Amino acid sequence: MSAAITNTTMNKLPGICTLLLVCCVLVGEMQAQVTFERLLNASNEPQNWLTYSGDYAGRRFSTLDQVNKTNVHSLTAKWVYQTAATGKFETTPLVVDGILYATAQDDRAFALDARTGRPIWLFQHPLPSDIRPCCGRVNRGLAILGDKVFLGTLDAHVIALDAKTGNVMWDVVAVDYKEGYSFTLSPLAVKNEVILGVSGGEYGIRGFIDAYDADTGQRKWRFYTVPGPGEPGHDTWEGDSWKIGGAPAWNTGVYDPGSKQLFWPTGNPSPSNRGEGRAGDNLYSNSLLALDADTGKLNWYFQFTKHDEHDWDATQVPIMIDSGDKHLIAQANRNGFFYVLDRATGKLISANAYSRTTWTDSKDAEGRPVANDRSSPTPEGRTVCPGALGATNWMSPSFDSRTGLFYVTAREQCDIFSTAPQPYDVGHAYYGSAYFPSDKAEPYWGALRAIDPASGEVKWEFRHLSPTWSGVLTTAGGLLFTGDAEGNFIALDASSGKPLWHFQMGGAVYASPMAFAIDGKEYVAIAAGSSLYAFGLP
Amino acid sequence: MLTPIKSVQGKSLIGARTLTAIPFAMLGGLALAAFLTCSARAEETHNPLAADPKAAKAGEFEFRINCAFCHGLGARGGGRGPDLTRAHKRHGDSDADLFQNISQGIPGTVMPANGTNGQGVGMTDDEIWQIIAYLRSVQVQAPIKPIGNAAHGQELFYGDANCSSCHMVEGKGGRLGPDLTTVGTARTVESLVESVRTPSKRLAWGLTESTKEFAQEYETVTVVTPDGHEIKGVILNEDQFSLQMMDTAEHIHLFEKDKLRSMHKSRDSLMPVYNPTILSDQDLNDIIAYLLSVVTK
Repeated sequence: MSAAITNTTMNKLPGICTLLLVCCVLVGEMQAQVTFERLLNASNEPQNWLTYSGDYAGRRFSTLDQVNKTNVHSLTAKWVYQTAATGKFETTPLVVDGILYATAQDDRAFALDARTGRPIWLFQHPLPSDIRPCCGRVNRGLAILGDKVFLGTLDAHVIALDAKTGNVMWDVVAVDYKEGYSFTLSPLAVKNEVILGVSGGEYGIRGFIDAYDADTGQRKWRFYTVPGPGEPGHDTWEGDSWKIGGAPAWNTGVYDPGSKQLFWPTGNPSPSNRGEGRAGDNLYSNSLLALDADTGKLNWYFQFTKHDEHDWDATQVPIMIDSGDKHLIAQANRNGFFYVLDRATGKLISANAYSRTTWTDSKDAEGRPVANDRSSPTPEGRTVCPGALGATNWMSPSFDSRTGLFYVTAREQCDIFSTAPQPYDVGHAYYGSAYFPSDKAEPYWGALRAIDPASGEVKWEFRHLSPTWSGVLTTAGGLLFTGDAEGNFIALDASSGKPLWHFQMGGAVYASPMAFAIDGKEYVAIAAGSSLYAFGLP
Repeated sequence: MLTPIKSVQGKSLIGARTLTAIPFAMLGGLALAAFLTCSARAEETHNPLAADPKAAKAGEFEFRINCAFCHGLGARGGGRGPDLTRAHKRHGDSDADLFQNISQGIPGTVMPANGTNGQGVGMTDDEIWQIIAYLRSVQVQAPIKPIGNAAHGQELFYGDANCSSCHMVEGKGGRLGPDLTTVGTARTVESLVESVRTPSKRLAWGLTESTKEFAQEYETVTVVTPDGHEIKGVILNEDQFSLQMMDTAEHIHLFEKDKLRSMHKSRDSLMPVYNPTILSDQDLNDIIAYLLSVVTK
């Protein structure tokens, strides 16, 4: 109906334009409201991408199939949006009813016409000069709920922006950034809450996961990922080390509507590469936490790497997989193992290496790989695989229920880990170590690996020339999309790994792709260099 | 499907202009603030922490985290970064120079600006000054002793040792291997000796992806073209789908990999092994003395 309203027709028909404009505005209002029900049923509207991973299960899978194995060879760039910023561009956009919302470096946020790439509004949070981002002035994206989008910032603010204008609706300070805290992740909106986990594992923070009221910005709960005195798990820390124990939660978790639980992964204990002074397992570092979404209460945890000394954050996006009557959650972990857990209990079902690992020779009674005694860093240094950046990192994996495969970007790199005893100083980097490339190691390389969750077996791999920081998208078109460090955006056959199409974007990829549709046309988008690209059929 | 887009778009056209104006104004303010901050720091000609005995120790930790990956644990350099214990530094040795180089990076080199490269952490101004205090504490005060006869080294470089058939210094020489004009400061003497005696032990090192555009590794490559010609040379650049190479006659070839009959990469360097019977220790020292003289003259 109102699709017919163009400027021309409005000029010709001034009498009815007011009425129709009101209708348009109302339609716009309705479309802008993203309810919790819509987020729960995201698969009913495949033209939209409503959460960081595309759905609450974390699958990063699109049911769009217009672009498929037979026509992907003709995929072409439809538009490019440039951020005019430098540094790593890590965003995953959201798309709601034709509007694309994303973030960029230095805590920029923007809304674009998803059909043309033309900006509707731009926002940049003014950052102090002394923020503490460990790893670049990055942000991975927004959450959307109601008529607001939500941003976590490098100076540890949580900000709600009006989705239509970019105006600030509320702005709260979660914690003092000067102590080393920051936000880099895309928040997750659940019910009427905005959930975020904090970054800062390089600064001796005490990690936490927060929930904020989406309407007011009031904090509803906080779960400290390092237990305080009297709390279960506190005795896994030596002396006062818990106070600066790290365990950040800097990547986006998933939500299980069935059990009303969040499954949120956590990162390394601090200092990241030196275990002396924090004897014990160091709960809940490098763990997957099952939290009650209403209260933040811990239901269960599973710790992947106990007493970590290699910065093997477990912050990779986990994926919920249902297989028959089994309700599972799987994670390809930075320590090189692919874990499958029962998500009702947190019990480990399997753990299998998907990359080169030298840090373990055995498993404990639960089946969890146990660190050997040759891998703990020393002053002289020890070569360990995977290296400090891990077998994978924050780039998103994908699960395609049609192929039944879990896809992960893997890195083959070994490093020399050496200790560098370092006193804690508030807000200063606190690694306790340095790492180096090994002279003897072969050059780093990377691979996209397809893992069968049932067996843990790597079914095939697509080798990258060098390790990439690109995540993975799969679609119902039988396709897998990923990017590489040399700037290529690549489509593979999701069944076989055969490359079907590529496009040189002119900048390295530090982002995960997503898909959306407008006017019945499918698009695939990814950030590369300082630009956001959208591809579609001619 | 089109409806909501048009209506939202139409409605917000005026708003969009207003709104973009606000953030851009804000950006302008930020840029000005950043400029003023930088200016204030750039005018700081001496390390404000120079007299603080704890600064050098704190700087050592910061150095390990942020700098050692390329410059080595003791700041003595490695295959990637220069030896920073030398008094002479190609890009300046004053406190202000060092602050500028750490803070802003060095254009045209792989030295990144503070906090931009994902290697190490973003440092505060004070932490940068701590690193400078540390570098002063390990700096060798005496100038480097000449290790050989630079004039003889130059003769060898362009003559009997045949280095210049593949390497260029100050615009003169071959193109197949790395330009060695600045290698005297960019690499340690030990690293240079290793590269001449055992060239395949470590090719010109690649860096992490963030600086990959500089990471030509001089890998050896042999291809067979669609019409059956075999070509051998070094890789100039490569990605998943394409290859740029220079053959031993310095011709550049650009290939799409799927069109090649075959392609074989090797980390056996095309550079011959210069063992002591071919090039004596003294002659090697003379050549290194020449390379050092190029950058310290």
